[in-house]
Amino acid sequence: MSTEVQEIAPKKEGLFSKKNRKLLSDPLNDSNPITVQVLGICSALAITVQVQQAVIMSLSVVFVMIGGNVIISLMRNIIPDRIRIIVQLVVVAALVIIVNEVLKAYLPDISEKLSVFVGLIITNCIIMGRLEAFALANKPGPSFLDAIGNGIGYAWILLAVAFVREIFGSGAFSFPGLGQVKFLPSSWFIKAGDAGMVGFYENNNLMILPPMALVVVGVIIWIQRSKNRALIEEN
Amino acid sequence: MEHVSIFVKGIFIENMIFAYFLGMCSYLAVSKTVKTAVGLGMAVIFVLGITVPINYLLENFVLKEGALTWISPEYANIDLSFLSFIMFIAVIASMVQLVEMIVEKFAPALYGALGIFLPLIAVNCSILGGALFMQERQYPSIGEATVFGLGSGVGWLLAIVAIAAIREKIRYSNVPAPLKGLGITFIITGLMGIAFMSFMGIEI
Repeated sequence: MSTEVQEIAPKKEGLFSKKNRKLLSDPLNDSNPITVQVLGICSALAITVQVQQAVIMSLSVVFVMIGGNVIISLMRNIIPDRIRIIVQLVVVAALVIIVNEVLKAYLPDISEKLSVFVGLIITNCIIMGRLEAFALANKPGPSFLDAIGNGIGYAWILLAVAFVREIFGSGAFSFPGLGQVKFLPSSWFIKAGDAGMVGFYENNNLMILPPMALVVVGVIIWIQRSKNRALIEEN
Repeated sequence: MEHVSIFVKGIFIENMIFAYFLGMCSYLAVSKTVKTAVGLGMAVIFVLGITVPINYLLENFVLKEGALTWISPEYANIDLSFLSFIMFIAVIASMVQLVEMIVEKFAPALYGALGIFLPLIAVNCSILGGALFMQERQYPSIGEATVFGLGSGVGWLLAIVAIAAIREKIRYSNVPAPLKGLGITFIITGLMGIAFMSFMGIEI
């Protein structure tokens, strides 16, 4: 009886009640999956060379996360506790296969650039982490919101890192539909002119290399924590 | 010689952490002390050394296009590679479970050292990453695939032990408060990555 009461009580709550809105807004800052919960770092760093890749990756992760959270949340009462990790992995792997096949069919060149990292969404800890911590204990509605919130929290860090790296690394960024967006006039770039070298600016190629992704994320964490002092760690 | 080259490449040039950021989550979470870092690193070497060859066999005798011809020549057109994600992760999850049970039964001392880390490893990206890189790079023989797995594992161990040692020392340094913990770890890892880039181009 008591479980029934508990099951019914939250139903009266609207989908956008205060508590549920918090599910959406918290992951953007206070419990951001990347900078605070430290989940899903691998993919966040590897595919942030270009904004375009980052957008596709974020969309894939958001899709897998929503699907996984809702499916696991629907099955939460019938999954035996002992084998829950395997069940989660199978559900997530199936969703990732769908994403991978869709990318291969419609965006073959991006799929090639992302290479193994689409497959690695399966072991992206952010997905397993949310399934384990939220979907297994909550109804599909809140799980759906939690997935969107965390997905967006993940996506904005990804896009911020990709934006910084592409602008400083390539001087411009390309995005389908927008073409090449240039930020600096091309006359500023150093190149051989009639009277020796002209221009004064050069792209920072270090930004394209993998280690700089770590430094950029480190700096984002720095900025975020100096604004939000509650997040500072002891040591 | 080919094997040595793959091994060295896996450790230094194509280091799982510094070049591909695989296994970052456990790398950041379990690198507070050197002792636990060594334990987790050993477990990663162990599991990579076992799962990469098994996934290699799976890839070459079941999943690849035309891989099923050993059953009957009629199956030459069957391409099951779309199933590879789910097969690889199933192999990894079950191998980790199996290894855990075997180690517990026959090597209790090793289990004491690795035990708590083994379940973590099923969802460590570096293990699935190892299998997917093996698939992408098409190693010609199972020996080379195994050496690749072991090399990547050793590279991962090296990275996590190094960062754990640095983190143990940095506790006594005057790091700006908002950078403490996670932030400084990221930046140090970036600097270590730049250092590791100097190995690029080594051929043996």
